[in-house]
Amino acid sequence: MSLDLFLLIAAALFSVGLYGALSQQSVVMIMMGLELMVNGVMLAGGAYWWFVAPASLDGQVLVLVALVVMAVEMAMGFAVTTAIFRARDVDLTDSAADLRG
Amino acid sequence: MELVLAVAFGIVAVAAAVAVFVVDSMARATYALLVSFLAVAAELVLLGSAYLGVLTVLMMTVEMAVMGVFMIMYMMNPAGLMPMSMVHNKRGALSIAIGTFVVLGAGALLVPWPSRTGEPPAELTRALGFSLMGEHMLAMIVIGVALLATMISAVLLATDRGRYDRYGDELERDTPRDPVAGGVGR
Repeated sequence: MSLDLFLLIAAALFSVGLYGALSQQSVVMIMMGLELMVNGVMLAGGAYWWFVAPASLDGQVLVLVALVVMAVEMAMGFAVTTAIFRARDVDLTDSAADLRG
Repeated sequence: MELVLAVAFGIVAVAAAVAVFVVDSMARATYALLVSFLAVAAELVLLGSAYLGVLTVLMMTVEMAVMGVFMIMYMMNPAGLMPMSMVHNKRGALSIAIGTFVVLGAGALLVPWPSRTGEPPAELTRALGFSLMGEHMLAMIVIGVALLATMISAVLLATDRGRYDRYGDELERDTPRDPVAGGVGR
């Protein structure tokens, strides 16, 4: 096992997530893309901790923070989806482009 | 052996991630995402972070179950009975994603990463707990406040009509103003 391998996997996960976040129209699918990006960050953080500085616990805390970010993102994403769906019956980003410009 | 497992879980993680945006049904996409998370959790266990791996498994399993409920609430075609493609600017997104992968991958392969120094603590989970309550207390405090703020604002956003909608900004009305009168008189 080497750091390069894990960083490559993490980069692939991040890129797939980025593609989803940029291309999907459904709000829920965009959130899936964002979660995949954070997933890649978690893997890269864990790998970096193990292969570079296992004595310090900073890497572990970083992964924990990424996990929390994922939970917060999902909760807020669904709250916003619920709010806009209730107000306008909208679940696609193209129908919620009020702030565009 | 470890290398084989690491590569296998990596392939599973990336393949499941791709499947999220390829399959026809939201439900299948949710479970593909779950598979990707579980594979990354297995990678974390391989990397000696048993606690974080197990935590990821627990959190993500529940999170995807919740996500499944929302899927069925909001989405057309949750069962995938017909082909589904809801994308905009696919070509641009694809080229940006591939460009990102090339840049990140080149960085991963070309940067001379520092070599390993030190050994992980014997009892990692215990050490992590003490660290979160000690030198990393600030991270813990920020996480706690962020989660509290998330809970409050998520409930606020998701509430349809709260008591200020029904009783006025100063809660001054004796009877609530509801679209349809009735209820239990509260």
